[in-house]
Amino acid sequence: MNATPAPMPRWLEIFGLPLVNLLMAMIVSGLIVLAIGENPFAAIGAMAAGAFGDLYGIGYTLYYATNFIFTGLAVAIAFHAGLFNIGGEGQAYIGGLGAGLMALLFDHSLTMWPMLALGLVASAVFGAAWAFVPAYLQAKRGSHIVITTIMFNFLAAALMVYLLVNVFRVPGSMEVVSRDFEASAGVPYVHALLTAIGIEMPQTPLNLAFLWALICCGLVWVYLWRSRGGYELRTAGLAPKAAQYAGISPNRVTIEAMLISGALAGFLGFNEIMGNHRQIVLDFVAGAGFTGIAVALMGRNHPFGIILASVLFGALFQGGSEVAFEIPTITRDMIVVMQGLVILFSGALAYVNRPLLEKLWKLYQARKNAKAAAVVAPVSPAAAPDAPVALAEETATLAATPAAPEPEALETTPMPKPAPVEEVLEVVEAEIVTMGPGAEPPPAAPRRKRGPKKSKRKPGEV
Amino acid sequence: MTAPAPSTSTETAGGEPAPAVELIDIDKSFGAVHANRDVSIRIAKGTIHGIVGENGAGKSTLMSILYGFYEADRGAIRVNGRPVRIRSSKDAIAAGIGMVHQHFMLVDTFSVIENVMLGAESGMLIQGGIKKARAEMQRLERDYGLSVDPDAVIGDLPVGEQQRVEILKALYRNCEILILDEPTGVLTPQETDQLFQILKALKERGVTVILITHKLREIMAITDTVTVMRHGAVVAERKTAETDREELAVLMVGRKVRMAPDRARARPGEVALGVAHLGLTDAFGVKRLDDINFSIRAGEILGVAGVSGNGQSELLEVLSGIRPPTTGVMHMLGRDVTADKPCSPKRMRRLGVAHVPEDRHRLGLVTGFPAWESAILGYQRDRAYGFGPIINTAAAARDCGKMMEAFDVRPQEPNLGSAKFSGGNQQKLILAREMARMPKILLVGQPTRGVDIGAIEFIHRQIVAMRDEGTAVLLVSVELDEILALSDRIIVMFQGRIVGETTGDRADERQLGLWMANAHADGPEAPPPGLPPLLAPELSSRSGKPGGRPGALPPGMKIRPRK
Repeated sequence: MNATPAPMPRWLEIFGLPLVNLLMAMIVSGLIVLAIGENPFAAIGAMAAGAFGDLYGIGYTLYYATNFIFTGLAVAIAFHAGLFNIGGEGQAYIGGLGAGLMALLFDHSLTMWPMLALGLVASAVFGAAWAFVPAYLQAKRGSHIVITTIMFNFLAAALMVYLLVNVFRVPGSMEVVSRDFEASAGVPYVHALLTAIGIEMPQTPLNLAFLWALICCGLVWVYLWRSRGGYELRTAGLAPKAAQYAGISPNRVTIEAMLISGALAGFLGFNEIMGNHRQIVLDFVAGAGFTGIAVALMGRNHPFGIILASVLFGALFQGGSEVAFEIPTITRDMIVVMQGLVILFSGALAYVNRPLLEKLWKLYQARKNAKAAAVVAPVSPAAAPDAPVALAEETATLAATPAAPEPEALETTPMPKPAPVEEVLEVVEAEIVTMGPGAEPPPAAPRRKRGPKKSKRKPGEV
Repeated sequence: MTAPAPSTSTETAGGEPAPAVELIDIDKSFGAVHANRDVSIRIAKGTIHGIVGENGAGKSTLMSILYGFYEADRGAIRVNGRPVRIRSSKDAIAAGIGMVHQHFMLVDTFSVIENVMLGAESGMLIQGGIKKARAEMQRLERDYGLSVDPDAVIGDLPVGEQQRVEILKALYRNCEILILDEPTGVLTPQETDQLFQILKALKERGVTVILITHKLREIMAITDTVTVMRHGAVVAERKTAETDREELAVLMVGRKVRMAPDRARARPGEVALGVAHLGLTDAFGVKRLDDINFSIRAGEILGVAGVSGNGQSELLEVLSGIRPPTTGVMHMLGRDVTADKPCSPKRMRRLGVAHVPEDRHRLGLVTGFPAWESAILGYQRDRAYGFGPIINTAAAARDCGKMMEAFDVRPQEPNLGSAKFSGGNQQKLILAREMARMPKILLVGQPTRGVDIGAIEFIHRQIVAMRDEGTAVLLVSVELDEILALSDRIIVMFQGRIVGETTGDRADERQLGLWMANAHADGPEAPPPGLPPLLAPELSSRSGKPGGRPGALPPGMKIRPRK
């Protein structure tokens, strides 16, 4: 039943809303591009071509997406436990330190796979350890995790500068980087693998860490929705009092969630340090920890949504730099503005467009009801011409109750395809046409939001 | 009780005075839910009109329409014969309609006078408004006998007086029609009587009172006319003098209901739960529980009566392990639990202590979960749901389906969101979960709060059935009827202490009510006048110490005397 709290079906909320938000961001970006005298469509075209146009673009897009998946999952898992982990940036940084440290220590003695496994584990352990301190402080001392994780970002940055300058820097070198790793400490590149099986792909930083990111999505899903630990974590996040009632220690959940969150963020370091740079460098996280918050928000804290959102943000990063390259008046800073707009609309203003979408949905529902009324009582409108609306609604509820496509049914299935709805809409409009002038749809209905074909038909009959 | 004279006389006068409120064919749907179907009600001026119905019968929706929270899809409202359009509570107030909500809309830290004038301050500066409000309040006190100290801070006032402030607020805005939504849920019987006195005074001054309730006793006690609603429609209108509780109950649920479950005498066994000198002091140093002593045997129901907020919630929390006690000891199934040796809710469950919490929305289930996930809450580590870290969701859903079938939870859909079930069905699901593992001790808090009559009957029968299976049941309820219907023994709590104790078959409402209000805390030897003879000898045989433990203990019970 579409009762007051959730009048929209879930698929619309999950897919429709982010798309509308994205559209808003694109419109505003377009206006800005227009204001500096460039063609917004050309800019969007260049962006899309840069991100997905060839294997080179795709490689970079997915490489960026890898980072966002890790940080997005990190934010999401903390969020499910009712915690806001803003420290993904620092945890990723320290995770990279862990991977790099292992590489520097063991790249001579270990072969590739043990080396990579060690690096992977080290990045997780280091990231988790960096998240543990704020988690412990929250659980035992009540220090707010938002504050402490932010502070730990700065600590991580300072620590890395110190270590790189004083410990890792190659003696005599002016560059603040460590020595290059041996080949055994490098994650295989995707382009190398593809070339080996005969597919030509230009060189990109995309490496097997992307595969690991996808596996992590699956693992996180299983953990959250199929494991006892995840059940307890979600209970503590959704209903802390119910968790206490059920004998779930909130402190344990806080620490457990933050450890997992930190480990996931740490994998970003693995992707960057052992996958891309193959040496320890400064500032390799480059804001991905914060972008992860927007990714998680846009992906609704669901692993599948996070993959989609990550690819989108990856495309923005990659496509953005292509645009800056192709259209010189659109500078790098403009691209940052556009990325900011996407984050603004899909993050901070995520629910601003909800009422609008809700209204559209209601209009659509009203049309559907009108159709049902027309089917059940085709003669009645003439009989009671002064109250067609109320009559239509009443018969509609009568008719709709036993009918199959109740929104409630849609809600229980996780992701029904939106396609059938459009078919229904088509039928609805066909029905409206067949009805006489006495059987108008409810007064609010005839505003339309559909394709041009139907709009042309409408003016004739209303 | 009250003569229906005013209403009949005005109606038969022939001059056809316009009714105070006339609702004509009000119709309201929320999506597929048809909350009100062509509801028409006429309420005569200067009468007390009751509207009864089960939860979800549409009473509150109807009154929300009258008070402007919702707008009806169809239908008209007339006030004093004039058609009015009420689109917000502002319109309602302008039309002379006032409402006292179930949960008070008061600012706890403001004084009475500040609350009364809130939103009607008349002018930029507060001082003039206060002066005016003070004068007005004096007039209201004179006219209606509504006495409240205007300078008292709301948070310090007892609930009954807070409610009076709500009524004052409405009268201050010149309301002639007063709606009260479940006004007695939080009151002691004595406070309820006072409220009814006030309502009668209001009626005499020509104020029309609309009383929404599901308590039939109150309808019979105070109203002149009554409307019964079921499934969003009016099913009957009666003059109160011409009907009775049974008829109204049948009309409400559409079938005969038994007011109390049949139950055999208890056959108590071993002591399952004994509590000695139990105390709980909160972070602010306030004693929430103070020297609590009682015991429950297997196969008996101990009812804990009391106005809400007198330590019952804390008692449940301590007994279920959510909070450790600060002093005293609990002997639970052979295990001693103290401040130094606390026992987590997890271990309590393993011992065989089940807990149906008072607050089912925040404790009993997770509203964001599908039903089957809520159905394993607390038992998520149970081996029945798979080995290792992964939950066997199929087994859990199957279990949930079985629970739903056994306890008639509707709809029987384990995948439906927990929040989508009605209150009664949520409660039945929680009961099913807690009873499924045959606990040795069952702690039940407010089992039928917000639950409709049909489900109440079912829940009561289940609780009695558990007792007959040999479970020791502790029942906390603010509904005296429920305590009286189910309990083998009764204790009454007031401000964290046990102030009265009696057995189920000897208890009477009046005595319990006095204990609940702690009305005779200083002189327990002097039984209040009008006490039924059955209890009088018991009272006089009490220790004689002020605050001493009243009531005889059943043989074999050992409770240490209070200090």
